[in-house]
Amino acid sequence: MNTKSLYQEVILDHNRKPRNYGVLEKPSHQAVGHNPLCGDHLDIALDLEGGRIDRIAFKGESCAICKASASMMTTVVKGKTRADAETLIEEFRDMAMGKLDVDGPHHLGRLTVFAGVRDLPTRVKCAILPWHTLHAALNSVTVASTEAEDDPMHAAIGDA
Amino acid sequence: MLDVERIRADFPILGLQVEGKPLVYLDNAASSQMPRQVMDRLVRYQTTQHANVNRGVHYLSETATAEYEQSRRKVQHFINAREDREVIFTSGTTDSINLVMHGYGRKFIGPGDEIILTMLEHHSNIVPWQMLAEEKGAKIRVVPINDAGELRIDEYDRLFNERTKFVGVLHVSNALGTINPIKQMIAAAHQRGVPVLIDGAQAAPHLTVDMQDLDCDFYAFSGHKLCGPTGIGVLYGKAEFLERMQPFKGGGDMILSVTFEKTVYNSIPHKFEAGTPPIAAAIGLGAAIDYLSGIGMSAIAAHEHRLLEYATGQIRDIPGLRIIGTAAHKTAVLSFEVEGVHPHDIGTLLNQEGVAVRTGHHCAQPVMLRLKVPATTRASFAFYNTMAEVDAFIASLRAVLEIFR
Repeated sequence: MNTKSLYQEVILDHNRKPRNYGVLEKPSHQAVGHNPLCGDHLDIALDLEGGRIDRIAFKGESCAICKASASMMTTVVKGKTRADAETLIEEFRDMAMGKLDVDGPHHLGRLTVFAGVRDLPTRVKCAILPWHTLHAALNSVTVASTEAEDDPMHAAIGDA
Repeated sequence: MLDVERIRADFPILGLQVEGKPLVYLDNAASSQMPRQVMDRLVRYQTTQHANVNRGVHYLSETATAEYEQSRRKVQHFINAREDREVIFTSGTTDSINLVMHGYGRKFIGPGDEIILTMLEHHSNIVPWQMLAEEKGAKIRVVPINDAGELRIDEYDRLFNERTKFVGVLHVSNALGTINPIKQMIAAAHQRGVPVLIDGAQAAPHLTVDMQDLDCDFYAFSGHKLCGPTGIGVLYGKAEFLERMQPFKGGGDMILSVTFEKTVYNSIPHKFEAGTPPIAAAIGLGAAIDYLSGIGMSAIAAHEHRLLEYATGQIRDIPGLRIIGTAAHKTAVLSFEVEGVHPHDIGTLLNQEGVAVRTGHHCAQPVMLRLKVPATTRASFAFYNTMAEVDAFIASLRAVLEIFR
């Protein structure tokens, strides 16, 4: 997939009309994600009811890849258990970094439109940031960053 | 008028195809490209002249030393320094500024003293001084800018007091292209007996810089932005300052004699060139200076100014686009934002069209914060860019923005 088609699919829809965009009142879990290299930031808030993500919302300033990734992420993880969400986080990260065979078994579904970012090394972090922030929120860590020890490229994503 | 097509033939990389399109290289403020003349010089040096400098009595060492020192004189003449010993080879602008911080700042700046910097500075002329201020208990004061990205000289004059010990200013803003009135600023500082360091990284490749005319005390720039190799830079310093300064790095070459009781430092410039210097890179920089001088810095500045004016006129017509940095005096740097479109998306998609631009905060976060833009897209031009490339850039940009409409 070339960059343009990656962009067109993703942007035409989710960048223009991001889903679950806004602020949640009194969420049970939340985190803010930063990419200090470009100044992008993203707030993710969710309610974990009976082990499932009941409500989820995001808000922030970011590039189209990051925004669309966040938007699609919220639609996909809504209603999922925490464990299922963590599986998706791990698979998404591996896909963005080119470690996952998109044609093999996985649970990403239409999230594979982001597979093309593996060919854009400088943009991989943009796609991963929402997922890393979700991981932080689920684990009651309030701040996530793409850099240093918080770098999603290096940080181990373990079981919640 | 420059014969740009003939000049372009000297730059093999400009013939590259990127994503199947002819490369349009507009990231010259980050690093410029190298002409074949400089590459050939590097090959000739490595093939027939290489040995360590200032050491051996053999043919190659003497040749390498002579060529290295010849290169120093080329730099001297290029910036019109009074003496060649006022030219110190460093690894780049950052290294040059750190040398002044360690060699001058740590010796002559103390608790309660004040350092004046500007809102436009690159991080490389902020962070070293913050480190010093923290170590010494000194204070940094910042010259503000107006909305066009020009320094408020009235405010600059007001920042001075009896505690002011140093001024650091960039000659040309890397993020916006603003050319600062440094001659006037240097004179104002000197009236109060305060020395001035100029960060010339973005000026030396584009303007005629004359140390004796500017009368600055220090001037720093990099080789790789000047069609030379990476890993080489210059610190110009007035001999009277360099003589009084502490060495920055200790080691071989910077000493006259060493015993465990006492070491006697070498004279300038060698006092500041510890260890084996980047000999090949320094000789390459000399060749780059020959190349640029052959074209002429005023012809370069004139061509780049035409590129800027043309590009500015073209880009203004794009709906939702705002130029960031509209100073009256600018080098050929065009920083801009487009409503609703993130610079990183613009940069990635322009690359698909073969167009190389810089996106982000340009290592100048304070000025971005001041102008309330998290990031910009920056096209920066060099003398080898053409009007046709401006057209290609603008057409690609319009096509990219169309995706977001």
